[in-house]
Amino acid sequence: MPTNESTEDAPRTPPPASAEEPSANGRPDASERPDTESSAAGGEAPTEPAMKPKLNINDLHFWYGDNHALQGITMDIQPHKVTALIGPSGCGKSTLLRCLNRMNELIQGTTLEGTILVDGQDIYAENTDPVMVRRRVGMVFQKPNPFPKTIYKNVAWGAEINGYTGDIDALVERSLRQAALWDEVKDRLHTNALDLSGGQQQRLCIARTLAVQPDVVLMDEPASALDPIATSKVEETITELKKDYTIVIVTHNMQQASRISDETAFLYMGRLIEMNPTDQLFTRPEKDRTEAYVTGRFG
Amino acid sequence: MSTPSSPPTTTAEDATARGERPAADLRQRVYDSPKEQAIKYALGACAFISVLTTLGIAAVLIIESIPFFQSVPFSEFFGDTRWTPQFADKHFGIWALLSGTLLVTVISAVVALPVGLASAIFISEYASKWVRKVLKPGLELLAGVPTVVYGYFALTFVTPLLQAAIPGLGVYNALSGGIVVGIMIIPMVASLSEDALQAVPDSLGAAAYALGSTKYEAVVRVKVPAAFGGIMASFILAVSRAIGETMIVTLAAGATPKLTLDPRESIQAMTAFIVQVSKGDTPQGTIEYQSIFAVGLVLFLITLAMNIVANRITRRYQEQY
Ligand SMILES: Nc1ncnc2c1ncn2[C@@H]1O[C@H](COP(=O)(O)OP(=O)(O)OP(=O)(O)O)[C@@H](O)[C@H]1O
Ligand SMILES: [Mg+2]
Repeated sequence: MPTNESTEDAPRTPPPASAEEPSANGRPDASERPDTESSAAGGEAPTEPAMKPKLNINDLHFWYGDNHALQGITMDIQPHKVTALIGPSGCGKSTLLRCLNRMNELIQGTTLEGTILVDGQDIYAENTDPVMVRRRVGMVFQKPNPFPKTIYKNVAWGAEINGYTGDIDALVERSLRQAALWDEVKDRLHTNALDLSGGQQQRLCIARTLAVQPDVVLMDEPASALDPIATSKVEETITELKKDYTIVIVTHNMQQASRISDETAFLYMGRLIEMNPTDQLFTRPEKDRTEAYVTGRFG
Repeated sequence: MSTPSSPPTTTAEDATARGERPAADLRQRVYDSPKEQAIKYALGACAFISVLTTLGIAAVLIIESIPFFQSVPFSEFFGDTRWTPQFADKHFGIWALLSGTLLVTVISAVVALPVGLASAIFISEYASKWVRKVLKPGLELLAGVPTVVYGYFALTFVTPLLQAAIPGLGVYNALSGGIVVGIMIIPMVASLSEDALQAVPDSLGAAAYALGSTKYEAVVRVKVPAAFGGIMASFILAVSRAIGETMIVTLAAGATPKLTLDPRESIQAMTAFIVQVSKGDTPQGTIEYQSIFAVGLVLFLITLAMNIVANRITRRYQEQY
């Protein structure tokens, strides 16, 4: 884990030593780690506003070739919260999300400016390895994309390549339980994941991401391909997950954003228009454009 | 289908004049009109040409080899280890030819499968756009080289090279032929495997990267397994191509049927034997002449079996994603 990379940023935002620990000692038990973290945070800073942001995005610009897709985004994302990104199609939600775990680098001809800090560490610093960033900041995609392997292997895959030395069986079960899928698949773990329904596949993808034990989980419209029942299952899952993880979710569904998120950021044409606690943004938006969008008058 | 060529009803024309869509005459025969039928049968006839040819070849081989098997029992054909139709003491043990073919095929597979798959992985996953633009046509060019050219390449380039490395190696040997057959089928393995890798959805690679995998892990542990069916099919098709390869083994591997697994030996492949007899002055009706049909039949059955297996594998893995 990139603990050694924090030297540069340490003076600016010194992370409490205990918050660094879980990632430094390899692969701690996911169910224990949040306690360690929150108790450490709780001891020093019990009130919400004083909480250190999990992600800190500062004047972020992003280009696809000449297309200036993100034009100076600055925002903080709080730990153990669900942050929703909303905005009209093409405004840059997915782009922003992919910047957060360096998935955009896989697209050729792109440029990024600005900084993104995870726990105070610059994920785009020269000596930061994108592979390490992605282990810390996991991602669930819009369309379920399980590997054409068994359910078990899907969940175990990430942990195996990351050199997980613990009990893989236990990890698989715990991840599937966290994703609210265990009861449905426990008797068919060794059957092909592609035989699952779309909603089950998406929860499997969530489980697969959790098995790598990231701190942050990014989700790009995770329920857009699902029916209402599967959607509500995935939403329940997300609400459960925020105890242990920091979640950033892109959604086009205003009801969904207001149901599951704590904070909402409204993006428009590559800029952040407004970011506020969800109930405030939906009921008392500061900006006219936000109000127009959330009330369905445009976009 | 929804554009009837001549809707003759006046109401329809009126409707068009008013800028509305004319009401379609649902009784019109469009879907199974005589024209559609004619097209269907014409296409079907083309498709059946290849099926009929295959059946024809099988029939000729079977009919022509009946007289052979009337004088040479199966027990000798599959039990004897010598193949000496030209000698006074004639033996017809297919293993002497089959082992030559298998030896060359195994050597070629050892060369072509790893190199072909590695090329496919490189072109599909690692090469920049520019490199790919050069490499792909290059491979296709290699696939278009006439096999007789490969034969001379084996004889005049690879064999001398091998002779320098292996003391006492004869001019004709299975190794040289096998290596060059392998080189010949590399483009086939590479091109078909690359297609299989390209067919793997990008979302699987993205999933692997998002789980913190390196490029190598994403390729070797997700993409290659996902393309397994197509890659296996490319292997089998290439190997069955190697089995049927004629010019290279005729020129470079020798003309001495021999049951051996030593790649340094001069051997004779089944195809090379067929060439030797059919281009020579062996009179029709002799047992020697008849024997080429029996050998051809064995060759046909082997490649047929391999193609069926390749088909099965592709079909089995096709529904994977
Ligand atoms: N892979 C890409 N290559 C080039 N341009 C891209 C790519 N992905 C997105 N863009 C461009 O970047 C801008 C922002 O796209 P992005 O996908 O982030 O929007 P979005 O808010 O996620 O939209 P949607 O709600 O439709 O998913 C758009 O102008 C889009 O055309
Ligand atoms: Mg998007």
